[in-house]
Amino acid sequence: MSPLVKRKRERINIPNRYILLILSMVCVVLMILSFSTNILSTPLNTLSGYVLVPFQKGLNAVGTSLINRAENLKTLNQVIEENEELKKQIEELTRDNTILQQDKYELTKLRELYELDAEYEQYDKIGARIIARDSGNWYSGFIIDKGTNDGVSVDCNVIAGSGLVGRVTDVGPNYAKVISIISDNSNTSGMTLSTGDNLIVTGSLKLMDIGVIEYSQLADPDNLVGVGDKVVTSNISDKYLQGILIGYIDSINTDSNNLTKSGTLIPVVDFRHLEEVLVITELKNVPDLYGD
Amino acid sequence: MFPTFTEIDSMYVLVTFIFMFISFLLQSTLLSQFTIGDITPNLLLITVSATGLLLGRRFGMISGFLGGLVVDIFFGRILGLYALLYMLAGYLNGIFRKVLFPGDFKLPLALIMGSDLAFGHACYILMFFFRGDFNYVFYLTKIILPEVIYTTIIAIFYFPLIKYVIGRIQYHEQKAEETVE
Repeated sequence: MSPLVKRKRERINIPNRYILLILSMVCVVLMILSFSTNILSTPLNTLSGYVLVPFQKGLNAVGTSLINRAENLKTLNQVIEENEELKKQIEELTRDNTILQQDKYELTKLRELYELDAEYEQYDKIGARIIARDSGNWYSGFIIDKGTNDGVSVDCNVIAGSGLVGRVTDVGPNYAKVISIISDNSNTSGMTLSTGDNLIVTGSLKLMDIGVIEYSQLADPDNLVGVGDKVVTSNISDKYLQGILIGYIDSINTDSNNLTKSGTLIPVVDFRHLEEVLVITELKNVPDLYGD
Repeated sequence: MFPTFTEIDSMYVLVTFIFMFISFLLQSTLLSQFTIGDITPNLLLITVSATGLLLGRRFGMISGFLGGLVVDIFFGRILGLYALLYMLAGYLNGIFRKVLFPGDFKLPLALIMGSDLAFGHACYILMFFFRGDFNYVFYLTKIILPEVIYTTIIAIFYFPLIKYVIGRIQYHEQKAEETVE
């Protein structure tokens, strides 16, 4: 070693293992603090939000445009072929459309009849773009480019297209952290639309590649729930607004206790190709019965 | 001649900081979009390992602590968990600084590989095993090993880059030292 290194050691004379010990203790204290309270999250979120989010936005835009360009070239030939097919389809669809319009008219009438509000069309929503994804491979959360400045708050529901994506777990001034329902640490209270039975939807890393998620605790003694039934967020969920579509039932198995059923369901949202999402800024109003 | 030493020290700090910054940004944006089999390489761990290996335990653990903290703030469920893991990675890699020959390439690569393997196992144990998920083989073959392979391949290109930049500073450091004596 050069004499220089020795001199440096003299100047800073705290041994490395003490620094390691101190930093480890800082980590443990942080873990305990963040586990029990959330006093730390606001200042840290604000700081990192202003430093890193602008860069993530830029780089993400670069990535998206690169992917788009590569796919454009790949699909050009397919597009020409598809165009022919699609023209044929348009004719068929126009025919179908007339029938559907009649159905829609009927539906509006029926809705009025049953006083069913198409509630989640009326919630206040804002569009947001995904700017970063979880840097590890264990969970599937992401960061969106809207935060408290745009009216997003913790527990806001996030949807894409027609289905539920997840909810906001943490928020900074210009970004928000979203945990998706397919993430391994996420549980969602849902219910079947046809029978109104409650069930628990659990994200799973194992089932993510085959495009399904698990559900459990479905009480259905009369076997009324079938494959293909719609599952929506339940009325008893304290985080999710009622009636947002989660997916369709894919398989049903009776649990070993013979009382409840579990199985898999196919989510309506394509989580792999998610780029833009809608955030419902309205929160579910739940009276605080149990305290914090 | 003390100002020169602090200047060079702060150069190391600056370079480490820039590499950590770039690694985190790439890992959470571009590399998360261009995944291979849904796996993102752990660029941050390469940087932390390299810093520890080339600059010693102190640099390794402090850069690991700060980098892990940023990951915790953005993606973590519990603040401090990743900070602890990255910090240990930096510290343990720093121990091997003394046995590293200047031209050796196999040891750094093996260490980065080992770090990622250990890191993956720590993640599994802390976040899945303790929650009662005992399907070890699945997580090993689906997440840990692909990540190790992908990270090692990236490290083949990324580590020499870090080494080159740090080598340049060390070269200037030696020149400064010669002028002192």
